[in-house]
Amino acid sequence: MVVNLDWELISESVPLLLTGAVVTVEITAISVGLGLLIGMIVGIARLSGVKPIRLISGAYVDCIRGTPLLVQIFIVYFALPAVTGTRINPFIAAVVACSINSGAYVAEIFRGGIQSIDPGQMEAGRSLGLTWGQTMRYIIMPQAFKRIIPPLGNEFIAMLKDSSLVSVIGFEELTRRGQLIIARTYASFEIWTAVAVIYLIMTLTISRFVAYLERRYRTK
Amino acid sequence: MIKITNLEKNFGDLHVLKGINLDVADQEVVVIIGPSGSGKSTLLRCINYLEKPSGGTIAVDGITLSGEANINAVRREVGMVFQRFNLFPHMTVLDNLKLAPKKVRNVSDKDATETAMALLRKVGLEEKAYSYPEQLSGGQQQRVAIARALAMHPKAMLFDEPTSALDPEMIKEVLDVMKQLAKEGMTMVVVTHEMGFAREVGDRVVFVDDGRILEEAKPDDFFDHPQNDRAKLFLSKIL
Repeated sequence: MVVNLDWELISESVPLLLTGAVVTVEITAISVGLGLLIGMIVGIARLSGVKPIRLISGAYVDCIRGTPLLVQIFIVYFALPAVTGTRINPFIAAVVACSINSGAYVAEIFRGGIQSIDPGQMEAGRSLGLTWGQTMRYIIMPQAFKRIIPPLGNEFIAMLKDSSLVSVIGFEELTRRGQLIIARTYASFEIWTAVAVIYLIMTLTISRFVAYLERRYRTK
Repeated sequence: MIKITNLEKNFGDLHVLKGINLDVADQEVVVIIGPSGSGKSTLLRCINYLEKPSGGTIAVDGITLSGEANINAVRREVGMVFQRFNLFPHMTVLDNLKLAPKKVRNVSDKDATETAMALLRKVGLEEKAYSYPEQLSGGQQQRVAIARALAMHPKAMLFDEPTSALDPEMIKEVLDVMKQLAKEGMTMVVVTHEMGFAREVGDRVVFVDDGRILEEAKPDDFFDHPQNDRAKLFLSKIL
């Protein structure tokens, strides 16, 4: 079987898909950024000496990691407005769902990173009179950060791919743009292939960048 | 300087310290020896609350350890040197020394640097100020760790087997620094297996086994005429 690709259609569609790709990168960057903030706080909270804090942060991680992102998006976009009575804009809904989701995964990355640091470091800091918070900030976290660069890079790549799910609430990122073009042209093969190639270029670029960061920080 | 009364410590069902009473006078060097698992490290770690005692009281320089604020107040005054150095690997040697004085005592960067350099000179490592810990030998790292603890101007120093993780040829350089400190009148509590050091530098030897202090004596008396049977057995195995 010979597939005749409609190259003209592809070249016409690529600019439109690329604007969608920019939106995909935006939502991923914002979500992982907020996820980083949530994840750092929750990750540290999971190691807290205060039991309620540990339980609540643990429950958050379990609930988010134990349910599909697609369902979480539906809850934020459809279920919550049904209760509160106010509709949210799809972009906000997408960012909220993805950030909360990313936060749970990032929290586990942080927890692992912090736990991988020799307990002697915390003891040394505390024995010098530094508080727990100071020891975390100046001694534990700087070391943990270096170690979690690779898993954080993986999380960024995973989020970039998973952000395609927000197309279901009509948010026009890369995947949704592809769907809309196909609805008009029926060129399913060309467009989905083009969409896949654009995702691949983005993920490969990120993984190269993470590998570079890893090399840079390892030398010191 | 340090007053320990009826100290008890349990790890779950394991009863590690069984009523320890120990006073350390100002400028005194007390050497704690005993077989491994006897509780001597735990005893030391209780003094600055790295292990939380299950019972009894510990007072350092008149402050009884209780709440969190109290603990930090005591930790500022008591330096600790660990078996495995525990230097901060992401900082230069100089920054290792400057961190706590700056953050805990609010010393200016200039003063912290001056103190740090003076201490590095004292332990013979001035030229390593801008190296990272991994670039140093074990003996050098331990000397930096001692300088780091001294940078807080502690009133007492605790040493938890400071030479046990070192290659034999590096033990002397660390012991020499400790001897110097003792000579200058630092109050020291040292857990060690270095019997030569205990004899030469110690004012008093405390023999601990099975969570109890079984014998306390001047070093010469202890090593030449041990009274306790288990102390005799212990010494016969290692000397």
